[in-house]
Amino acid sequence: MIKIKKGKPLIDQHDKNGFWGGKFGGNFIPETLKKPIEDLTILFEKLRRDKNFIKERDYYFKNWVGAPTPFIKLENLTKHLGGAQIWAKVVSEANGGAHKIYNATVHCLITKRAGKKYIVGDTGAGYAGKMLSMAAKKFGLKCKIFMGVKDIKRQKPNCDAMRKNGAEIVPVYSGSQTLVDAVSECMRYWVSNCDTTAMCVGSTVGPNIFVKICGWSTAQISRELKNQIKFVFKTIPKKIKLINCVGGGSSAYGFWSEFIDYSPDRISLIGVEAGGPSKSKLHAAPLSRGAKLGILHGAASYVCQNNEGQINETESISAGLDYPGVSPMHCFLKDTKRAKYTFATDEEALSAYKLVTKFENLNPSLEPCHAFAEAIKIAPRLSKDTIIIVNSCGDAQKDRDILKQRLGR
Amino acid sequence: MIMSPISLAFKNCKKEKRPALLTYTVAGDHTKKKSLEILNSISSHVDICEIGFPHNTPIADGGQIQTSSYRAIKNGIKMKDVFQIVKKFKKNINAKPVILMGYYNMIYQYGENKFLKKCKQTGVNGLIVVDLPWPDNKIFAKKCKNNLVSFIQLLSPTTSQARMEKIIKDSHEMIYLISMLSTTGGKLKVSPKTILKNYNKVKKINKSKNLVIGFGITSKNISSFKTADGCVVGSEICKKISQSIEKRQNPVTNVSNMVKNLKKKIS
Repeated sequence: MIKIKKGKPLIDQHDKNGFWGGKFGGNFIPETLKKPIEDLTILFEKLRRDKNFIKERDYYFKNWVGAPTPFIKLENLTKHLGGAQIWAKVVSEANGGAHKIYNATVHCLITKRAGKKYIVGDTGAGYAGKMLSMAAKKFGLKCKIFMGVKDIKRQKPNCDAMRKNGAEIVPVYSGSQTLVDAVSECMRYWVSNCDTTAMCVGSTVGPNIFVKICGWSTAQISRELKNQIKFVFKTIPKKIKLINCVGGGSSAYGFWSEFIDYSPDRISLIGVEAGGPSKSKLHAAPLSRGAKLGILHGAASYVCQNNEGQINETESISAGLDYPGVSPMHCFLKDTKRAKYTFATDEEALSAYKLVTKFENLNPSLEPCHAFAEAIKIAPRLSKDTIIIVNSCGDAQKDRDILKQRLGR
Repeated sequence: MIMSPISLAFKNCKKEKRPALLTYTVAGDHTKKKSLEILNSISSHVDICEIGFPHNTPIADGGQIQTSSYRAIKNGIKMKDVFQIVKKFKKNINAKPVILMGYYNMIYQYGENKFLKKCKQTGVNGLIVVDLPWPDNKIFAKKCKNNLVSFIQLLSPTTSQARMEKIIKDSHEMIYLISMLSTTGGKLKVSPKTILKNYNKVKKINKSKNLVIGFGITSKNISSFKTADGCVVGSEICKKISQSIEKRQNPVTNVSNMVKNLKKKIS
């Protein structure tokens, strides 16, 4: 039976081979990447203990990213649903409009310390790419973003932003032409250029060190939230539900990391994956729809795949969740039963968008709309002293074409 | 002790004072039948056949091999077909040692033990697993050896001297040296001289290991590597298959001619 240790960040609860719970994560990488990954690991472990580096990170989080992001009660939605209180951590207020800014900023700061001038990254919804291009510009690095052709078409506003920031978008034509192929292509590029170039993996996936750096960066969200909860309620309330969408799982980990040590009865963690169109067999929900353990992009996790081990195509209205694998840390949280995972369909996410925007002055992107869908589903059955907090981790501006097409606005 | 077929292949080449020629083709590219025909037709010119079992999320393959892999998967190739192809190929009187090459998830889903049993049954002699580096591969490599399958360790220009020494110590009769920082089939961006310098560094640690050079080797540059124990050509062959399909020519004859020419260049 695998167990979570208390008093130790989840990002550090892996064994010496990089596995959480003995089987999730690891480093399934080509020999060529062993050295650059080892170098990055040593540098990161040094920097996270370096007071000046922490000071620098906090400075940019506060003055450039804009910390803390707001924590607000959704009064009208709460009244409408008539059950639990619904609150939102509006992470989309961060510079750039989503949580991806934390990981991008940290990777660029590390890259500067490593003395490298180039950084490459993958993107699905385009947020990871947009933020990396922003941070690269801010810190004077040259930037290339790998993006599936299908995503380039459906997330145009973010592509425009990347180009405006001076980044080169490398279109990826292979496979399903979405995030999974973008990550593969980005890794292949890094294999060929790892002597001069740093790689930023856009979520808590990939070889062990990338899971850690990303989780360490997004943990800012729950550090802020913990303070905000204490400030608003004067204490940590008895019944909290933290609901977050899960694609790779970077925002969910960041939203939960400070609360993992609490008992599940007091603070329950609910991850919502992309169920895809209700009429389609395809989805991007490896945790909640029983995918088998497999290896994808350098790590072992639950992966949507066929019996042979070929990675399945996924389908979701939300490009940011449209990924067949998931963070090894979420697999660990699932198997230890610390977090629960479910999914919302495309249609449920769209209805959630309609309802939230009808009642509140909030414009969550299709990714967090999956989380709102779950909140809307469970809130009416819960008592008024239950506090539901949804991480509204992205802004819907990037989804305007899809929303117009699907909802006529 | 009986010499393994892989060691024997290298020994024969050394007698002829030339490097071993290793080819890489993807099982099932572009059909199961054609890929077997290609193997049969090149067998008398090559010394060892590397056969890829395709995966749809390859993180270390360049465009040519990706194209071949996707084509094979699209044509419905399964692991059982890969083994079937090996088994049939091995019945050829001219058959050469076979090394299967691919990504770990395919082996993991098949089951390590079942996979190795099948290797033994069908006559697979060696295995290259691109994304299972040392030391994570230690247990699996031992399992391979117990099943008379040679596990081939990879070395790269980024591998440090200390790490190289440890990997070589745990290696079996053959080691694969990646020529440069690249995916498969990249343009040779360093000089053969630099590559051979790295090659000699490895040989100096243990000269009894058969060391082959791969990544970026083509008919244009293969003659620069005559001093190596072996050279692997993959992407150029996959490209030839793609071109043949495009031009509606027979890939079997085209690949066969190409391999004949490669052999001539190192003889």
